[in-house]
Amino acid sequence: MKPPPFRHVAPRTVDEAVTALAEADGHGKVLAGGQSLVPLLNMRLAAPSVLVDVNGVTGLDGIEVTDDAVVVGATVRHRDLERHAAADAALPVLRQALVHVAHPVIRNRGTVVGSLVHADPAAELPAVLVLLGGHVDVVSRDDRRSIDAEALFVAPLESSLRPDELAVSATFPRLAATTATAVRELARRHGDYAMAGVCVAVDRDDERATVTGARAVFIGVTDTPTLVDLGEDLAGQGCHDLDTVAAVARARDAIDPTDDIHATADYRRHLAGVMLARALADAATGREDA
Amino acid sequence: MTTRLFGQGVPRKEDRRLLTGAGRFVDDLSHDAWEVAIVRSPHAHARIVDIDVTEALDVPDLVAIHTWEDLPERMQQPLPLLIPHPALTAPRTQFVLANGEVNHVGEAIVMVVARTRYAAEDAADRIRVDYEFLEPVVGIERAAAGDRRVHDELDDNVAAHLVQEIGDARAAIDAAPHTMSFRLDVERSASTPLETRGVYARWDADEGHLRLYSSTQAPTSVRAAVATILEMDFQDVECIAPDVGGGFGVKIMHPWPEEVLVPWAATVLGHDVKFTEDRREHFISANHERGQVQHLEVGFDDDGRILGIDFTFLHDHGAYIPYGLIVPIITSTQFLGPYRISDYRVEFRSLYTNTVPVTPYRGAGRPQAVFAMERLMDKVAAELGKDRTQVRAINLIQPDEFPWEFGLTFQDGRAYTYDSGDYPTSLDMLKDLVGWDDFARRQAEARDDGRLLGIGLAAYVEGTGVGPYEGGHVLVEPTGRVQVATGLSSQGQGHETVFAQIVADVLGVDLDDVEVVVGDSSRMQYAVGTFASRAAVMSGNAIALAANKVREKALRLASEALEVDPADLEFADGQVRVVGSPDTGLPLKMLATLSNPLRYAFDEDAAAATQFAAPADPDRPPVGDDDEPGLEGTDFYSPVRSTFASGMHAVVVEVDPDTSAVEILDYAVVHDCGNLINPTIVRGQVHGGVGQGVGGALYERMAYDEHGQLQNASFMDFLMPYMTEVPDGIAIDHLETPSPLNPLGIKGAGEAGVIPSAAVFAAAIEDAVGIPIDAMPISPSQLHHLRLAADAPASTNGQP
Ligand SMILES: Cc1cc2nc3c(=O)[nH]c(=O)nc-3n(C[C@H](O)[C@H](O)[C@H](O)COP(=O)(O)OP(=O)(O)OC[C@H]3O[C@@H](n4cnc5c(N)ncnc54)[C@H](O)[C@@H]3O)c2cc1C
Repeated sequence: MKPPPFRHVAPRTVDEAVTALAEADGHGKVLAGGQSLVPLLNMRLAAPSVLVDVNGVTGLDGIEVTDDAVVVGATVRHRDLERHAAADAALPVLRQALVHVAHPVIRNRGTVVGSLVHADPAAELPAVLVLLGGHVDVVSRDDRRSIDAEALFVAPLESSLRPDELAVSATFPRLAATTATAVRELARRHGDYAMAGVCVAVDRDDERATVTGARAVFIGVTDTPTLVDLGEDLAGQGCHDLDTVAAVARARDAIDPTDDIHATADYRRHLAGVMLARALADAATGREDA
Repeated sequence: MTTRLFGQGVPRKEDRRLLTGAGRFVDDLSHDAWEVAIVRSPHAHARIVDIDVTEALDVPDLVAIHTWEDLPERMQQPLPLLIPHPALTAPRTQFVLANGEVNHVGEAIVMVVARTRYAAEDAADRIRVDYEFLEPVVGIERAAAGDRRVHDELDDNVAAHLVQEIGDARAAIDAAPHTMSFRLDVERSASTPLETRGVYARWDADEGHLRLYSSTQAPTSVRAAVATILEMDFQDVECIAPDVGGGFGVKIMHPWPEEVLVPWAATVLGHDVKFTEDRREHFISANHERGQVQHLEVGFDDDGRILGIDFTFLHDHGAYIPYGLIVPIITSTQFLGPYRISDYRVEFRSLYTNTVPVTPYRGAGRPQAVFAMERLMDKVAAELGKDRTQVRAINLIQPDEFPWEFGLTFQDGRAYTYDSGDYPTSLDMLKDLVGWDDFARRQAEARDDGRLLGIGLAAYVEGTGVGPYEGGHVLVEPTGRVQVATGLSSQGQGHETVFAQIVADVLGVDLDDVEVVVGDSSRMQYAVGTFASRAAVMSGNAIALAANKVREKALRLASEALEVDPADLEFADGQVRVVGSPDTGLPLKMLATLSNPLRYAFDEDAAAATQFAAPADPDRPPVGDDDEPGLEGTDFYSPVRSTFASGMHAVVVEVDPDTSAVEILDYAVVHDCGNLINPTIVRGQVHGGVGQGVGGALYERMAYDEHGQLQNASFMDFLMPYMTEVPDGIAIDHLETPSPLNPLGIKGAGEAGVIPSAAVFAAAIEDAVGIPIDAMPISPSQLHHLRLAADAPASTNGQP
């Protein structure tokens, strides 16, 4: 469990970083928090010849809360965002999701943007980005572009970034004040990747205490995070006595879990439905205990 | 008089070092050593056709590459069968490097030595091994079928077949008013200590001396094995187990291939060499345990009295069987637990499979045995509609019935005879502690709220402190400090503290003035090792005996010097002094100086000591025939047979009706390990054991696929419980029934915490969901499917 030889470069600016990536000619990898990449290197499942370590690049560590969105720089740690009061006030779903990401020691190092680019289907933040319809801004030596959430996640552990591109920030759009969110998941142990999970957004008419719309993105039971619209099943229902049967049935059809050593596909499908029902109730009633 | 330390929960002497990162583990010792990486088999069963190292040769910093063919003749032999047994008719052990065939994923094939582990792995990566695939034997049933064989030259996969019987089980079952039969399985797991295996060898060519550091539970045995295989005199080899970051059984295995390869490489290369196992290697090359398929047949009467049991099981010992039949023999005997069972037949087959070999893991066959017996008790209670504690109570051996002789033979080849215990009291204490009698109400109330609560209990008896012996050496330095040595090693249990407590009491010195060294073969070369909950019993008693020798000598010296009758002297505050007149006495350090007639006055104490020296008789030698210089003593403790600790656990769980997730609400332990040297340390051992037991019951398994690939060879997927999964309030009550077998009246405590967990969790989950739980461990996914299959009460909002 020692990595094969690689060259480590530590750029100070975005320009230097993307130049190093370009020069690596497809054999470079960005090193952010290292919580996913370093295990892959140690197990010799990845063997990049150059690691472009962006931890020292200036200007990427900001969390910006605007009227429209929360914008998170590439070196912002999970824990920074989790503890950011303004971000939490603007978009509670960020913290709701982040507390499920691994353990504090891993959140202290792992980055939000790294998690998105890594595109693990069991990760929480990709699901959140899709739920909110956010995007990631990427830069290469000769180009810069913005990739929408739906276009970002191509396959398990595969995002649409090119090897010479650096993601500089992620933008999580804010929701209407009448939209509530919740995240529910069940992992084997606290902090593990979930066997099944879900994040939901429920639009409410607070005066009448009814639901006007609802969306969900599942965690760990689809190849890539996919938005499931549940408005048809839930619109018009009372917030405090939701009947989620139709929504759960629709969702269970929409997902495609697989067997692994921790759980069968059938159990995951069942579990996803249970988590959805609970998350919808949380969001509809404004419960925050998930 | 100083307060007695025996029985006090004094803080652990080793904690400052271990908790501040100042511990010395093998890998901390050897920064300039060359490092070893091993090419391991990626296949479960294959013949090796060719090994091509060409591409590895130009890796920078490579030092050497060795295959089986490069080894000296003595090292080309299979490793020793440590514990032969007449029933073990087809033993096979592994080679240090594969000789033409590999029998499990992870088996060592090539040793690479390089200046760094990085370079060694780079070279190992480039070595090409060609294989001819053989069909793997994976799983107990496949092995039993015998259509595929692990070792070609054998007729089947059976290494051993053993039957033991007391009374006439068949007749007793046939005559019983009620009978039942069922199957109870336990899956494979492993010790998984935080510190993996490691060995570091220093070869002094000028002196012809080999010093070995190994992360082992048995340093003197490693030394003996290495000396024998390298054909060296024992005195030219020493082995030290420095701080060891957990063992839990896996490090009692010796010698590991690397424990032989590394010192050999150091001698041929003339350089320090070390091997630090990585986590993946640990999963696929360090031994496992637990996998058994168990069939039971029981006969009982209307009161739940057990009349006869027939117990047949298959034991999966993996690719090789270096440790003999210890684990299945323990299952066979310890199955009987605290119960008076007179008609009992047990039969097992120990089977080869193409998986990592099996040797004891904390509990060593007992968790499986307790799972079998305690589930049996629950089933009998269910069948008769009786309370589960009632059925147990009626079968318990009573306190006045000891020694209780079963008529079986235990793992040590000695009679399986319980020395002492008080099981009925233990059961009463447990019921109080967990609130057994009130639980039905609590369960019913919870059920009204849609919550599924369940309670389970399980009892065990644990043979601890097996022989043959352990030694202690106690020496008072002229500084007054007391040096204590014993040969077995410590893996963090707190040996330094408890042994110091014993010595401090005997010699009346401060705990801080006692320094304990464990696991250094140059300090105590005759020793056995740390396993079978034996350290406190064996080394504790040996050290007490040795300390008493020192005490006698100090008493004699003081009595002569002070001209006082020994009966009037006491040991306190580092002095031997006159009872009732504390100002008249001699410090131990002065007695240490006095004990050596060569008394150059190196310091003032020594000069002062001379005035107390008895007048020399010019016609007698300065050191008498029956005397030795120095204030020191060595003694050995060797018991006739094991002493039997016991205990009972109970757990209350809540099962989520929708997700089938299991949450632990309460956990209670009543534990009897005889006299307690240090209750805090015993509690810690129980806590750790319960934590490990939670892992074994609800999380950990070795997920081999049908090809013999271990699919979860990492801590990402082998689910060792975190702090968050272990109950934070474990209620513990101690019962102290002294052992009549040893001077200190103690019994072992190291393994107990883990033993009943599979049984107790299965019982509690069964109680919560109302369907039989006959195989462990169990995950939410498995429980979900069991409940679906049993058509259990529909969940509240899951719409399954
Ligand atoms: C024990 C454990 C448990 C975990 N549990 C969870 C969990 O429950 N949920 C969860 O979501 N995650 C979990 N993680 C993963 C963790 O969140 C990682 O931190 C995260 O997935 C990756 O972030 P990182 O900064 O560590 O990225 P790195 O490991 O540094 O990189 C990951 C990948 O992304 C690329 N990359 C990173 N940043 C950029 C960038 N700015 N531009 C371009 N490419 C980039 C890297 O090249 C690499 O391919 C766990 C990790 C561990 C070790």
